[in-house]
Amino acid sequence: MIELRQVYKTFYGEKQVDALRGVDLKIPAGKIYGIIGQSGAGKSTLIRCINGLETPDHGEIIVDGVDLSRLSSIELRNARKKISMIFQHFNLLSSRTAAANIGFPLEISGVDKSAIKARVNEMLQLVGLSDKANSYPSQLSGGQKQRVGIARALANNPQVLLCDEATSALDPETTKSVLQLLAEINQKMGLTIVLITHEMRVIQEICDYVAVIENGQIQESGRVIDVFTSPRSSAAKRMLQGTMNTQIPQDLLQRANLNSNGKQVFLKLSFVGSLAHEPVISSMLKKYAVEANILFGKIDQIKDIPFGMLFLEVSGEPDQIEKALKYVQDHNVEMEVISNA
Amino acid sequence: MPSTIMVNMLWTATLETLYMVGVSVIIAEVIGLPLGILMVTSEEGHILENFWLNKILSFIVNVGRSIPFIILLVAIIPFTRFVVGTSIGTAAAIVPLTVAAIPFAARVVESSLKEVDSGVVEAALSMGASPWQIIVKVLLPEALPGLILGFTLTAVNLVGYSAMAGTIGGGGLGDLAIRFGYQRFRGDVMLYTVIILVVLVQALQMLGDKIARKVSRH
Repeated sequence: MIELRQVYKTFYGEKQVDALRGVDLKIPAGKIYGIIGQSGAGKSTLIRCINGLETPDHGEIIVDGVDLSRLSSIELRNARKKISMIFQHFNLLSSRTAAANIGFPLEISGVDKSAIKARVNEMLQLVGLSDKANSYPSQLSGGQKQRVGIARALANNPQVLLCDEATSALDPETTKSVLQLLAEINQKMGLTIVLITHEMRVIQEICDYVAVIENGQIQESGRVIDVFTSPRSSAAKRMLQGTMNTQIPQDLLQRANLNSNGKQVFLKLSFVGSLAHEPVISSMLKKYAVEANILFGKIDQIKDIPFGMLFLEVSGEPDQIEKALKYVQDHNVEMEVISNA
Repeated sequence: MPSTIMVNMLWTATLETLYMVGVSVIIAEVIGLPLGILMVTSEEGHILENFWLNKILSFIVNVGRSIPFIILLVAIIPFTRFVVGTSIGTAAAIVPLTVAAIPFAARVVESSLKEVDSGVVEAALSMGASPWQIIVKVLLPEALPGLILGFTLTAVNLVGYSAMAGTIGGGGLGDLAIRFGYQRFRGDVMLYTVIILVVLVQALQMLGDKIARKVSRH
């Protein structure tokens, strides 16, 4: 659906900023793709390249088979009508009511008045704001404003929805409901959603795919479940620390190194999807003469996939331990031996 | 109480002032508004970015604003004569008033349009709006309260300028105050014209504030 090939962008201001330094990205149709990075990582520039608000210095941006950088300004304007965007600060027209804001992109496209009215009502209903049709943005809460923003973005039946930190200005509860709405829309309309955020929680909640951006380069990308359960890049690991706690607490690590007598192994196990429901550990304990002590663990959900992580101290005779470990591995549980003396 | 003759004089002068200010403010806005729009939209990163156009417009506007009105009044007499056929009288005063008000109005329009949140313009761009659509459907409506206040400011400013129009026989309240109040030592005429001017400016400002409040959605 969307493909970025070797995209470079440098800003020459008071000091030179290399915002994008060779970004390659493939965004599949109909999925929710999250791009995460700290502020200044280049993600705002990246998302603005996808609808031509920023022109890259170098590289191709292909949306639905068309290279945006080759379009004339009028062609680009028409292409944008199919690539909508919502914003951190909503960017609603304060001089227009909610209904008139939603009708705005249709007005721009020259849709006739009665059709606009019908579509606006439909959109208001979709975002649950039918009673706020005649309210001005200043009379709406942050969450309501973003719902108007979403309705406005969807009014023209776009193929792609770009979300620029769309929930960063909202409180946690409102964030959740707005994310839910986005997931719903993605399901219902089969819309491709690209969102940028600095919050792992947002990625965890609704994204199918994630790309981690740092210093203008994609450090890692893939299915959210894969990146979350086994991050490869240091950037991804750092970003995950806060949310997922994939790191073993320091004191446990010390203990693992102290108690090394060959009869103990410290393991980190990751369970993904249906595996998280299977009693792998309890069967291991029944089958082999080993004991397991759970030192640390976390079970969470990534989008709708359960995902768990356990730190185990397994003790027993070395041969039994070896067999037990093999058993766990055979059940496709991802295992990492932390210390084994 | 002022005599009937004086009332008549004051009344005529008031009408002359209103006429001069009214006509010149409207013409100045008709020209100043597009100029102000061009000055904002030709800025770097804006919808009609054009470095030289922006610099040139800004330069012209600054030159226009730095010439004292009393000098402009006499300096452009040939132009005034060309436009209205004479350089004396109320109609002739409208020309320099308008010329002086255009750069002022353009700057005021520019500054109110700059108040419009750039995010809103970006949103319109992301929807595929053309520059014209952004000007008409985003910039102007969003800046409307500020534009109205700016219009008021320009008008009030012109009331002040119009007092100097007497130099070329333009008439109006300022002219009356100088010729009767100052040169003929008629303190009462001076007082009445000042009162009328104060009331006029107050009324203009109140009206402007009221309309601006009415169209504001903040």
